[in-house]
Amino acid sequence: MINIRSLSHVYEKGRKIKFPDWQIEDMDQWLLLGASGCGKSTLLNIISGLLKPTQGEILINDTDLYTLSARSTDRFRGRHIGIIFQRPHLIRSLNVLDNLELAAVMAGVPIDHERNLLLLKDLGIGNLAKRYPDELSQGQLQRVSVARALVNKPDLLIADEPTSSLDDENAAQVIEMLTTQAKDNGAALIIATHDQRVREHIAKTYLL
Amino acid sequence: MNIFKISSKNLVRNKLTTILNIILVAFGVGILSILFLASNQIGNKLEKNAKDIDLVVGAKGSPLQLILSSIYQIDYPTGNIPAKDAYKLAHHPMVKRAVPLALGDNYNGYRIVGTDTSFSHLYGLSVLKGNFWQKDLEVTIGSTVASTSKLKIGDYFFGAHGLTGNGDIHKQHAYVVKGILKPEGNITDNLILTNIGSVYKMHEEKHKETHHAAAAEAKEINDKQITALLIQYKSPMSVILFPRMVNQSTNMQAASPAMESARLFSLIGIGIDTLQWFAVFIMAIAALSIFISLYNAMKERKYDLAIMRCLGASKSKLFFLVMFEGILVTLIGTCLGLLIGHAALEVIGVYQESSQAKLTGLTAVPQEIYLIWIGLFIGSLASLIPAMQIYKVDIAATLTKDR
Repeated sequence: MINIRSLSHVYEKGRKIKFPDWQIEDMDQWLLLGASGCGKSTLLNIISGLLKPTQGEILINDTDLYTLSARSTDRFRGRHIGIIFQRPHLIRSLNVLDNLELAAVMAGVPIDHERNLLLLKDLGIGNLAKRYPDELSQGQLQRVSVARALVNKPDLLIADEPTSSLDDENAAQVIEMLTTQAKDNGAALIIATHDQRVREHIAKTYLL
Repeated sequence: MNIFKISSKNLVRNKLTTILNIILVAFGVGILSILFLASNQIGNKLEKNAKDIDLVVGAKGSPLQLILSSIYQIDYPTGNIPAKDAYKLAHHPMVKRAVPLALGDNYNGYRIVGTDTSFSHLYGLSVLKGNFWQKDLEVTIGSTVASTSKLKIGDYFFGAHGLTGNGDIHKQHAYVVKGILKPEGNITDNLILTNIGSVYKMHEEKHKETHHAAAAEAKEINDKQITALLIQYKSPMSVILFPRMVNQSTNMQAASPAMESARLFSLIGIGIDTLQWFAVFIMAIAALSIFISLYNAMKERKYDLAIMRCLGASKSKLFFLVMFEGILVTLIGTCLGLLIGHAALEVIGVYQESSQAKLTGLTAVPQEIYLIWIGLFIGSLASLIPAMQIYKVDIAATLTKDR
C-alpha cells in the first residue's frame, strides 16, 4: 500500500537524512523507532504529504504523492490518511461532534452522523459528544483526536509519539486502542515513538 | 457544518472583541447613513418646495431670510411691501404668474397664509374633503395640519399673532375650516390657507384697539401691504433682467430660490463635511481594530488552521475562512449601523420642533448601498494580511511544537 524508495531529505541547515526503503501492506501495523531528532517526524510529515522530500519517491495506493497539485495533496491526505498528534489539537470553539464533522467537511466527504456517534461510543466517550474541548481531560481529548483521525475511513493511521506523556497503564491502553481501532476500521497503522514500552505490542519495526 | 458555521462559532467564542468591532463599524456606518439621509431629505424638501418658483420679491433685507420665510416657511419675513407695488410687478409682461403672500399669524405653530387662488395653481393643490376658501375667514388646511390639530370641516378656531406660539390670540374673528387639502409631501401640508382679506381683517381689528388707522377698513387692498410675492417667469430669459430691474428700480428686493438654497446648502455643507470625516475616521479605527484582533488571534489560531490543513483543507479554503470572519463582522456592523442610523433619524424627527422640515428614518437612499459595499471592502481589507498568514504557516513545524 505504501512504498518508499530511495528517499532522502536535506534540512535547511544542510543536514541530510537517508531513509531506508519501506514497504507497508494493507492493514499492516508498524512501529517507527528512533531516538529524538533522528528524523521520525520528518518521515511522518513526508508520508502525510506535508513536507516535500529532497529526493526519492513515495507511493500511496500507487499514487505518487508529490506529483499531485497542492490542493489535491491536501484532499488526498484528508481522505486517506488519519493523523494523531502528540497533542490532541482540537478546535476549541467547536464541540466534540463538530470537531469530527469538521474532518469530513475539510476533506470534502459527506458527513455520516451515525458513524461519528458510533466511533465516539467505541472509544468510550459517547456521552461527551456535545462537550467542548476545554471541558475534557487529556485522556478524553486524545480519544477524541483518535476518533477524528478515523472519521474519513482512512487507509492509513499515523500516530506521532502518542504515549510520550502517559504513565505505563495509560500508555498500554492507548496502544491497545490504536491497534484495535486500526484493525476494526481496516486501516494500516504507523506509530512513531522512542518509547520502549510500545515495542512489546507491535511486531514489525522500522528503525531509523 | 461549513465555513460559515466555523467562522461564527469562532466569533462567538471571542464575544467581547467581536462586539467591540461590530460596534465600531456600526457607529461609523450609522453616522454616515444619518448624514446621507438627512442631507438627501433636506435637499429634496428644498427642491420640492421651490419647484416652479423662479423668484421671490419681498422687503429689503437678507435674501436668504426672504426665501426661508416665504417658500420654506421657516424664518421670519423680512418685512412688508406695499401691495400696490407688488401688483404692479405681478402684471409685468415678463411674469407668467405671481402669487401674493400675507403672513403674520399662526394656529398651534402652523402658519396662516393669506393668498389667492394662484397659490393653489402654483403648487397644483386639490382638496381631499370640502372646498377651497372663498370668503373672508374661510380656510383650507393642509393634510398634516388636519391630522395633528384634529380640525374638521366646519370647525372654528382662533389664530394667534406671530409665526409661533399662542401668546396673542385674535379673539375678534374666528376662522372656519372649509376644506382639507390632499397630502402633497411638501410645505403646503403644514399650512393654513386663506384669502388676503382675512389676514387684513384680523389686523385691522388689532389696529382699532390701539387707536391706529381707523380708516383702514375703507381703503382699497392696493393701499395695503403684503409680505411677499412668488413669481414665475414667462421665459427663462427673464432670469437675468427681472431681478435686476426689481432690485434697482423699486424699493423691494428680489431673491432667487435656486441661488439662495445653493448658498444655504454650502453653509450646511461645512458641518456635513466635518461629520463625514469624523465617520470615516471611526470606520478607519474599526478597520484597524478588526485587523489587530484577527492578527493577534492568528497566533493562537495557527494550530487550528494547521489542523484543518492536515484534515484536508486547502490553503485557499482557509484563506477564505479568515477573510469571511472579518467580512462577517463588518457586514453585521454595517447592517446594525444602517438600522441605528434610520432609528436615530426617526427619533430626531419625532423630537424636531419645526414641523416644516421634519426628518424621517423610514425612507432609504441609494447611497446606502455604497455603505454596505464600503463595509465589505473594509472587512476584506482588514482581514487580508491576517489571512495571508495561512500561506506562511508551516503545518508540520506548528503541530509538532507544543501549544
